[in-house]
Amino acid sequence: MIKAVLEHIGGVGVYGVVSVCLFFAVFLGVLLRVARMKRAHAESMAALPLNDGETDPPQIVTSHERTVERNS
Amino acid sequence: MNTGIETFKYDNRIVRAFAIATVFWGLIGFSAGLLAACQLFWPALNLNLPFTTFGRIRPLHTNAVIFAFVGNGMFTGIYYSLQRLCKARMFSDFLSWLNFWGWQAVIVAAALTLPLGFTTSKEYAELEWPIDIAIAVVWVAFTINLLGTILKRRERHMYVAIWFYIATAITVAVLHIVNSLELPVGALKSYSIYAGVQDALVQWWYGHNAVAFFLTTPYLGLMYYFLPKAANRPVFSYRLSIIHFWALIFIYIWAGPHHLLYTALPDWAQSLGMVFSLMLIAPSWGGMLNGLLTLRGAWDRVRQDPMLKFMVVAVTAYGMATLEGPTLAIKSVNSLSHYTDWTIAHVHTGALGWNGFLTFSMLYWLVPRLYNTRLWSVKLANTHFWIALLGMMFYVVPMYASGVTQGLMWKQFNQDGFLQYPNFLETVMQVVPMYRLRAVGGTLYILGALLMAYNLWRTARSGQFVPEQEAQAAPRVHAAAEHGPYRPHRWLEAKPVLFASLALLAILVGGLVEIIPMYLIKENVPTIASVKPYTPLELLGRDIYIREGCVACHSQMVRPFRSETERYGEYSKAGEYVFDHPFLWGSKRTGPDLHRVGGKYPDAWHYNHMDDPRSTSPGSIMPRYPWLLTRTLDTASLPARIRALRKLGVPYPPGYENGPAQKDLEQQAQRIVLSLQTGMVNTQTNREIIALIAYLQRLGKDIQAAAPAPGPAPAPTASAPTAQAAAKP
Repeated sequence: MIKAVLEHIGGVGVYGVVSVCLFFAVFLGVLLRVARMKRAHAESMAALPLNDGETDPPQIVTSHERTVERNS
Repeated sequence: MNTGIETFKYDNRIVRAFAIATVFWGLIGFSAGLLAACQLFWPALNLNLPFTTFGRIRPLHTNAVIFAFVGNGMFTGIYYSLQRLCKARMFSDFLSWLNFWGWQAVIVAAALTLPLGFTTSKEYAELEWPIDIAIAVVWVAFTINLLGTILKRRERHMYVAIWFYIATAITVAVLHIVNSLELPVGALKSYSIYAGVQDALVQWWYGHNAVAFFLTTPYLGLMYYFLPKAANRPVFSYRLSIIHFWALIFIYIWAGPHHLLYTALPDWAQSLGMVFSLMLIAPSWGGMLNGLLTLRGAWDRVRQDPMLKFMVVAVTAYGMATLEGPTLAIKSVNSLSHYTDWTIAHVHTGALGWNGFLTFSMLYWLVPRLYNTRLWSVKLANTHFWIALLGMMFYVVPMYASGVTQGLMWKQFNQDGFLQYPNFLETVMQVVPMYRLRAVGGTLYILGALLMAYNLWRTARSGQFVPEQEAQAAPRVHAAAEHGPYRPHRWLEAKPVLFASLALLAILVGGLVEIIPMYLIKENVPTIASVKPYTPLELLGRDIYIREGCVACHSQMVRPFRSETERYGEYSKAGEYVFDHPFLWGSKRTGPDLHRVGGKYPDAWHYNHMDDPRSTSPGSIMPRYPWLLTRTLDTASLPARIRALRKLGVPYPPGYENGPAQKDLEQQAQRIVLSLQTGMVNTQTNREIIALIAYLQRLGKDIQAAAPAPGPAPAPTASAPTAQAAAKP
């Protein structure tokens, strides 16, 4: 049934226009949401990777290059 | 409400396993690429063996780099960052290891089957149906593990990197399943359920989005995690990252038709692909700028830290490739660039620069942390950086020169109105020096990767592996309790399933609007009465053409330009491909287009050419195919192949495969053998070369026949089926 209907629809050119309109609607929606976002929330979200409890490895002198430097 | 601190452990074993696999398969994939590159100026490197010819090595290279190197790199970064961003161990260790070993098994299966000639011929989806099923199973395991981890997270919100991971998991599953729909005709042979134009559209909807959702979105997620970590500062704009994400995933899915500009694809689909491709510049550059601006105030560290150096070049390469991509999608630019080495330069800016450098950056950052030590040699990493950068330049610059040279030479007319370079071989020989330079670039790039492998190995040896990293975090407070009043995106960030559903919806809209009309509306593929199914012998010849990977170098799509109709003949029509399961339009012309090659040369020319291309075309870089002259044609599988194609809508009459097909095959083979004898070639009817010649001589000839021809000139005798009679599956 659906196939039978779709086989005979015309004016496929309109798909391009519909698609672009659809995209701009989504795009405007996202812009609106972003504009309404609180600055504090945005900053806390941006900082998430830095607050994951990771620490850099201890700066112990085991590196090949540090050893070379000490010997020279 | 429990707010006590919980102690748990991150799984570093799985991260290490994927990291090792990344380096290992990276070296294999790069080496296969170097071999393929060298074969193009030194044909003897094809070794005159079926397994090592360019047509089989090229897909081995692309699959190894995309799915083995980048795939394992993606999993390395995701398994590391996801646990930390969610403050939770992976959902299931079993699924993690199923993901790891399953993925490696798929890669090994690919590394065995592709050189053996088992291929669907569809680019980046060459693997045959049993491996496709295995990929789907492994991908489902990964997706469950990903979503499970997100659902049991301790962190309230999902960081932007996680959105990119979710979009990757969902979209790759959809793309893989839709594009891999095929009807098996044996353990390692199948026919695509789509034909011709439809197959082309689905394939490039997949192919383009494999770039988008396998090579780009997961790596953007990694960029949003590892760049702030390395720079030790938050991402420049979290708001911009939201726009980047939604705009990117919504637009990307529409852009596939830009791979088919000026082909037989209907014009509306081409225009749609071009417009959306141009729009892609905005989110792509938004993301690139967000990455680079994250380094504001930290540029001094870029001078010392090789990890940041690699990252800056990776993000810059992303910017270059995503500006160039939309440019190439403009129809007038594409008319020059398509089928040339320009495309090769473009994809390698992305592959070597974006994916390669970002992976190297991540590994240099990650491995010392997994082993609780420092990088063994910063100097060596810096050396790697400069060698790899030089290698990339030596790769892409000659390929740009080659691409533009090819494009211009193909289109050049002399003052009398004839093609300036009517012999395609002239245009090939002109760019062979560029191929040599490209190999220098590839060699440097591999050398750099070897230095990295050594450096990382020494780093691992100098430290102590931390298999389980202990961490602490408070349990997650329920989202509703935390947020109070409704806040749009903040609310969405706490709802992974809804988030995944919206992402799925965003990518489905584009796919459905483009593909469904193409599949169902008859006016998109005007039928041609004289186009008939392949004869049994031609069908087997076509399958040999697919097996040998001829499509890697030869297109079958004459574009509607005077320069092409002069060179090849009448431009290609959509209706000519209605029986092509799969389509074989190709994407690169290292050799000439073959869509109108039927009848252009005598049978004996093809025989000698396949035996040794340089005997008929001095200077040709095509591999030799001597085994086709001696191997016996496999006719046992013919009935199964005909039955499968009939199920897909090719109008072979019922029962045709039980007798008449074999008779037709023998008669046509006999005609070709007799024709070969007039060219001083003596051979037998049951040789593979006979089937291949039959196929090549058929190519593009149907539209030359009188429209309502009742008798099958070379078509099945019992039926004389026409394209108009072909019911769409």
